Amino acid sequence: MAKNDLVGGSLWDNYSDKVSERMNNPKHMGELSEAEAKELSGKLIVADFGAESCGDAVRLYWIVDPKTDIILKSKFKSFGCGTAIASSETMAELCLGKTVDEATKITNIDVEFAMRDNPETPAVPPQKMHCSVMAYDVIKQAAANYKGVDFSTLEDHEIVCECARVSMSTIKDAIRINNLTTVEEITQYTKAGAFCKSCIKPGGHEKKEYYLVDILRDTLAEIAKEKNQEQDYSTLSNFKKTVAIEKVFDGDIRPLLVSDGGNVEVEDIYFDPDYTLVSIRYKGACAGCASSTTGTLQFIQSKLQELDESISVRMV
Amino acid sequence: MERIYLDNNATTKIDPEVLNVMMPLLSEKYGNPNSLHTFGTEVHPDMVKALDQLYAGINASDNSDIIINSCATEGNNTVLKGIYFDIILKSDKKHLITTQIEHPAVSHTADFLESLGVTVTRLPVSESGLITPESLKEAIVKDKTALVSVMWANNETGLINPIKELAQIAHENGALFHTDAVQAIGKISVDVQDTNVDFLTFSAHKFHGPKGVGGLYIKDPIKLTPLFHGGEHMGGKRAGTINVAGMVGMGKAMELATTKNAIEYENSVVRRLRDKLEDAIISLDDTIVIGSREDRTPNTILASFKGIEGEAFLWDLNQNGIAASTGSACSSEDLEPDPTFVAMSIDSDLAHTGLRFSLSRFTTEEEIDRAIEVIKSSVKRLREISSTYVKGE
Repeated sequence: MAKNDLVGGSLWDNYSDKVSERMNNPKHMGELSEAEAKELSGKLIVADFGAESCGDAVRLYWIVDPKTDIILKSKFKSFGCGTAIASSETMAELCLGKTVDEATKITNIDVEFAMRDNPETPAVPPQKMHCSVMAYDVIKQAAANYKGVDFSTLEDHEIVCECARVSMSTIKDAIRINNLTTVEEITQYTKAGAFCKSCIKPGGHEKKEYYLVDILRDTLAEIAKEKNQEQDYSTLSNFKKTVAIEKVFDGDIRPLLVSDGGNVEVEDIYFDPDYTLVSIRYKGACAGCASSTTGTLQFIQSKLQELDESISVRMV
Repeated sequence: MERIYLDNNATTKIDPEVLNVMMPLLSEKYGNPNSLHTFGTEVHPDMVKALDQLYAGINASDNSDIIINSCATEGNNTVLKGIYFDIILKSDKKHLITTQIEHPAVSHTADFLESLGVTVTRLPVSESGLITPESLKEAIVKDKTALVSVMWANNETGLINPIKELAQIAHENGALFHTDAVQAIGKISVDVQDTNVDFLTFSAHKFHGPKGVGGLYIKDPIKLTPLFHGGEHMGGKRAGTINVAGMVGMGKAMELATTKNAIEYENSVVRRLRDKLEDAIISLDDTIVIGSREDRTPNTILASFKGIEGEAFLWDLNQNGIAASTGSACSSEDLEPDPTFVAMSIDSDLAHTGLRFSLSRFTTEEEIDRAIEVIKSSVKRLREISSTYVKGE
């Protein structure tokens, strides 16, 4: 990236054509009124997120059909930079025709993706990603208003960054959805930590309850832990079952046999819905060893049964 | 679409007369001025003339130095780091005073020196956006402050600081005085002997000269450890083969920008166009301009348009061929608002709604008229989009 960083002022070079088009001619910008809602026998919803002092603010208007929960009309207004306006425009469009619950599943990534000119090239540079996060938050706010519940019941809404009013869940979601690995990326995607910087790490001018460095570390640890947790064997595909079985052979079985001058090969695996039968062939010193049909075979089977009880082993 | 350039505090176009004097030095007169043969010596008259123009432009005495370098950033680094090597490391004077509104060339250098153990005081601005003699008197420590560095005119607001008084206070307390005069030259009269500054820095491209060349004035008999070590160029005070074409262009640009007529033009015609644009801006609802007109360079307007984010406004203007500037947080790569915007945000949210227009002697009345129309229609459009704008609130 070094070469690409040497020419500055490239912010706008990295906006997609769709971003400029939506900024220049927003089609879903405007307000919706009670009268329009009445005409459509719908419910008018108005939701605000952000504030001018944060640099970004967006207001979302919906008319929702109370029978089907479908969003019949969707408009926005926005105080923010070009990408904030374009993201709000896209977000308002994506809401149309969806139910309120479906709309709450729209993420900042969906908004950003919808603004790409081609699937491979991001629509905005990384430091502008927070603009689409704002769009994602205002939908949640609108859904909360529609359901007559507090925003916090849709998610825990603990504010981590007061300046940009970024919540714990927004930060955690941004880390998970975008595979963020650094605090700088969190700032680029959510704007948390962009202003007074107190929430980045302890020692800033304000003492905080939560710090981005800790949230990042904990969230990454959670993700790693989830990845490590073995899935239930019976729900795996035959391919994944094979991989899991081979892992046991490589990790727990072969090293022991090899240390005695032998080895073992998996000849075949038969998958029945109720059981798995692994056919093995001994190699080297194991072939013809007295214990190969007794102790060693039992050892192999017990190791595989640690993976799942339904696995048994036979020699060929 | 005709483009209109109202970003002259960022850089300016090269005056055709400047380009003319540079051309021979970019083609047939290519000798190294430090060579003894005629290829080298034939460029000396051009260089001497450039020095005459530069010395006259800021009224420097022949006993003092004007070192030709690459830009004011280099000059500012040379002064602050030179003071560090020559005074701060070698004496009891370990205190540096600067301001909250300096260009990064000074403020980031001061931050760096602070990380090396220098005590740095950053003066705030007054309600009118200026660095006052009173605040300097309060901050300065007699015989402990090594250097006071205050910009002559601010790049964002155009506000002009009382350099002569500030330099006097520095001297009374045993400190040297540096001013970054990048935004002052060519806009107001700059006189190093009248103001009695010790160091002054400038860049040619801010007054219709070429990029990549600047000057550092050092008052006699002060000597400063150079930033660049190497050959004997510039009397050993700044090593590196001299950018002869740049230097000669800068000399011409200085002459064109600092004659009595030029300063008068700047303060009559350019000022009138600026005021026309400014009147049109403040006639819009909920719009303010930072700093009173008489305190500012005659070409600069920093305005805040309520309910409109600076980058969005800049985008709209650019779509219509108009170049301006914003220090808003959203316009920068790191989401940091310009420090001046933060320091000056007295009765407005400049950090998000500030926009700067800066004119030059090449700006025409027709351009200003069209800019006014575009600004009006953009303000209308963006306030219609804005979720926070409520008229008069």
